[in-house]
Amino acid sequence: MPILEVKNLVKSFGKTEVLKGIDFSIEKGDVLSIIGSSGSGKTTLLRCLNFLEFAENGTIAINDKVIYDGSEKAKMSEQYIREMRLHFGLVFQSFNLFPQYNVLKNITLAPMLLKTDTPENIEKHALELLEKVGLSDKLSSYPCELSGGQQQRVAIARALALSPDILCFDEPTSALDPELTGEVLKVIKQLAEHDTTMIIVTHEMNFAREVSDKVIFMDEGVIAEQGTAKELFENPKNERTATFINTITK
Amino acid sequence: MMGFWEVTLSLIGGLKYTCLIFALTLVLALPLGLVISFGSMSKFKPLGYVVKTFVWIIRGVPLMLQVIIFFYVPGFLLGTPVLSRFASVIAAFVINYACYFSEIYRGGIESIAKGQYEAGQVLGMTKSQIFFKIILMQVVKRILAPMSNEVITLVKDTALARVIMIVEVIQAAQNFAGYGLMWPLFYTAVFYLAFVGILTLVFGYFEKKLSYYKV
Repeated sequence: MPILEVKNLVKSFGKTEVLKGIDFSIEKGDVLSIIGSSGSGKTTLLRCLNFLEFAENGTIAINDKVIYDGSEKAKMSEQYIREMRLHFGLVFQSFNLFPQYNVLKNITLAPMLLKTDTPENIEKHALELLEKVGLSDKLSSYPCELSGGQQQRVAIARALALSPDILCFDEPTSALDPELTGEVLKVIKQLAEHDTTMIIVTHEMNFAREVSDKVIFMDEGVIAEQGTAKELFENPKNERTATFINTITK
Repeated sequence: MMGFWEVTLSLIGGLKYTCLIFALTLVLALPLGLVISFGSMSKFKPLGYVVKTFVWIIRGVPLMLQVIIFFYVPGFLLGTPVLSRFASVIAAFVINYACYFSEIYRGGIESIAKGQYEAGQVLGMTKSQIFFKIILMQVVKRILAPMSNEVITLVKDTALARVIMIVEVIQAAQNFAGYGLMWPLFYTAVFYLAFVGILTLVFGYFEKKLSYYKV
């Protein structure tokens, strides 16, 4: 049983159809990478999964239970949408840490507001997560005092604090200087080793190849090809996939 | 001949009203401005238009005229005085300043990156949690400088209250002109300078206090 199953997802902005019927699924503990050129709809797909955008059509099911049906969007309450969002975590390209709070408060703010646990346990969990991302010594620093790589690792810990079923990354290293991407990718790789279910939109091909159980190549709003990392990178069946992989890995 | 201390005491008497108008306007207009800014940013278009038109009228008419209108017009319409002099001044000032504040708030709120709202959303926060726990403090930091301008202007605008015979500092000084004394009027500048000096220090303190983060 897949942990996430997406069927026929369609999303338009005005007259432009950005997602033209997306189908895929992912098993618990798997890492799925989404690759493709800019404007192919990767980020929009991720935003639809996190309900920052709402697909007009199609369904999203978690553990075989349909939690979102585009045709019934109007019936969903704000409260319901908030609950659905908690199935997913999202790490943004631009980190989006809260500048007025220190690292610890950035991580604990949402769990405290949502009262997911006792304050003591929430803080304990946050400290464990900081340890995981290697920033235990930065818990009282403010975001402006951290490097981009450190900020992104805090953002990962913040997303994990709510224990989402699936953690999504939207080009997590695109806003980073090249020498800082490594530390973020290392954290993501560790999470993969610990069976965190993840969907990663990325331009880091070597990383995608190394860490992914499954890779999706998107092109002009459709999934042009999907398969294991090996299949897609070494033996692409679709011509556009081959061209894309060729140009980007050169 | 009026002595220096006699004039000073009299001006301090006027300063009481200056301070009262200043403080009451601030306490009431700061939150009211937030309500008005929400109105002007409302996704419900008709409300947005109504609020924007209201702000245009209030900002477009001299505050002095608004004070006069609040004091005289309700009385004319109902045939009996409605608001006391002081209450009219407060009503006019609060509404006027709330409209100016609302525009400063709106600018501040709209300048906060969309990603801050989205980060709150994907963490399952409610709209009001996002606004009060994430956005507001960032807005406060952004608008501190324009707000200090507006608040300093308010100090000096309190002098408009004398148009309906509230004896604030300037009016208290002008009363001496009847006795042929002009210097008390110039002396009032000292009071305003001291007042604004204190405010400048207060705003400087807040700016420093909020300097630990960047937005």
